Amino acid sequence: MTEQTTPDTPILEVSGLTMDFGGIKALDHLDLRIKQGEIVALIGPNGAGKTTFFNCLTGIYKPTSGDLLLTPPGKTTRRLNGLKPNKVTQQGLARTFQNIRLFPNMTVLENVMIGRHCRTRATVLGAIFRDRKTVREEKKIVALAYSILEKIGLTDMINEFAKNLPYGAQRRLEIARALATDPTILLLDEPAAGMNPNETAELVELITEIRDDGLSILLIEHDMKLVMNLSDHIFVMDYGKQIAEGSPNDVRNNPAVIKAYLGEDVEDA
Amino acid sequence: MISFKDLKNAFLVALWFVFLTFPLMVIKVNPFERTIDWRWQNMGYVAAGSFICYLGSRFFLANKAAKQKKQKLQDMPDKPKNDWQQRLLSEPRLYLPVLGVTLAILLIFPQILSTYQTNIMITALMYVVLGLGLNIVVGVAGLLDLGYVAFYAVGAYSYALLNLHFGLGFWAVLPIGGLLAAGFGIILGFPVLRLRGDYLAIVTLGFGEIIRLILENWNDFSRGPSGISNIPRPGFFGMEMTLNQSISYLYYLMIALVIFTVFVVNRLQNSRIGRAWFALREDEIACQAMGIDKTRTKLSAFSLGAFWAGMVGVIFAAKTTFVNPASFTFLESAIILCIVVLGGMGSIIGVIIAALILMLLPEYLRAFSDYRMLVFGGTLVLMMVFRPLGIISTVRRTYTIDRKPENVQ
Repeated sequence: MTEQTTPDTPILEVSGLTMDFGGIKALDHLDLRIKQGEIVALIGPNGAGKTTFFNCLTGIYKPTSGDLLLTPPGKTTRRLNGLKPNKVTQQGLARTFQNIRLFPNMTVLENVMIGRHCRTRATVLGAIFRDRKTVREEKKIVALAYSILEKIGLTDMINEFAKNLPYGAQRRLEIARALATDPTILLLDEPAAGMNPNETAELVELITEIRDDGLSILLIEHDMKLVMNLSDHIFVMDYGKQIAEGSPNDVRNNPAVIKAYLGEDVEDA
Repeated sequence: MISFKDLKNAFLVALWFVFLTFPLMVIKVNPFERTIDWRWQNMGYVAAGSFICYLGSRFFLANKAAKQKKQKLQDMPDKPKNDWQQRLLSEPRLYLPVLGVTLAILLIFPQILSTYQTNIMITALMYVVLGLGLNIVVGVAGLLDLGYVAFYAVGAYSYALLNLHFGLGFWAVLPIGGLLAAGFGIILGFPVLRLRGDYLAIVTLGFGEIIRLILENWNDFSRGPSGISNIPRPGFFGMEMTLNQSISYLYYLMIALVIFTVFVVNRLQNSRIGRAWFALREDEIACQAMGIDKTRTKLSAFSLGAFWAGMVGVIFAAKTTFVNPASFTFLESAIILCIVVLGGMGSIIGVIIAALILMLLPEYLRAFSDYRMLVFGGTLVLMMVFRPLGIISTVRRTYTIDRKPENVQ
């Protein structure tokens, strides 16, 4: 690492991250870096520990050891270990879930408005008296939520319950909700799972747009075509350990990766 | 329309009901002559009645299913069934007159009806506020609380004790009672932060019992089971009032409190905090991942829910002029929970209607004397079968629609 200038220092630096579940090491000294405006993919066979990594990163699990350092552009470095999920989100990490976790009985707009919660201040008294500050804040929340939905392309459904949306739209709504928290890094856990080719193409477009807006993106994905197309950098893990990293091309030809995915050459059979 | 299978089931249902109601409806013991009257004709009524009711409900449900099928075939969007309700609640032109008439009736109520009726109505209104308070905890934030009555007790005893020891008046204690209850809400909230669902229900149930048992057994503090009497009724600038006048006064006080509660609860639900409560109910993990502080949200729900119970507790003590622990049993919690579930979780209007029905129905069913509680229970069962989401299911918050045009520009 020779880069010294600010734009090139990693926004997120994970070093030696370890997570023990009793005797099982779900994560074993994992290292990972994301730079500003990069799309980074984390791949690996099923059970490799990718979602565990996400959960450690977002505060749902408390990692056994290791460092999670976040350096938002123009700000000082912060350690994320042991923060509660809501604090992590406040620091600028927003995520989606592998199995969609929207608020099913709230409207689409409200789902996105929830994302603004950690960036707004209104108190109980403000809610009761509806002073001018609170009203202005509410209006801002609605306007911002609406503009995000415009970008995502869900404006014709803002008053629909989230549970009534088609599958692909639900996945995109999850991204919209995460964007509403004003993140520096967007964490996508298998965003293309269960999507048809059409929806996947739309998703690729959306993710590229989000990157172009200056966000960094970390994604877990099994759709190799999507990963190879989209990512600037790929980390491969298996059994909780990193087995390879590099550009899509490097990774594609890395024997360790091929071994992990296809199994070892059978010699003594 | 009605198949052989339905008839068979109807027969079995009739048989079952005959069996269930046999001791009640057929056997009548005459203790003076030491004989037993066998009222066989009642058995016939029960059998015929349940047979017809079952067929009727089958017919009704089949009709409904057919209608839904037809709707789906025509590829109509899944329109809410209670369309007129939504319209009535969302258009001021429609609901303002209804609201006006209701308010007018409520205002002249004590003038046209007896003190007895007014008294019943006061109780019903108290349960409206209790229902709205519990609605925040159970209906909106989704935290199943079976010990809500504890906060009611806190309010009632805070008036009784503060008046006894320090001579504080009703108006001074009304906010204090609410705040004390809110404080207890936070005290209860802390240990149960990690719990949810059934586990939470058990702990809150225990909490409710603890408060009651303390009041029952700590004689030096609360005078135990004999309770505290001679609690003054609410005053009005030191005016002397007859019993009738003071009941009317309490009635108007309750109306004002209900309006105040509806106003505050409605604003809370449509705010940043209300949204966080709804999100907490929908998905706790996602809610946290979206940056909502779970601890604060839960505690605020518990305390703001408990606040209303405390206020009503103070009014309860002032109304009966006597409190003892027997008024705060688990049954009260269960009734308030019934109000919330029956009214529709999170729906303010639903909870109000449910509270009025649940409190007034048993009173006006006195005409049926013996069968009063039977009819009451039956009503509850039927309600839950035919409207599982409550009388009025949560109305979609319309503020999003209001602002839509602004954003489109």
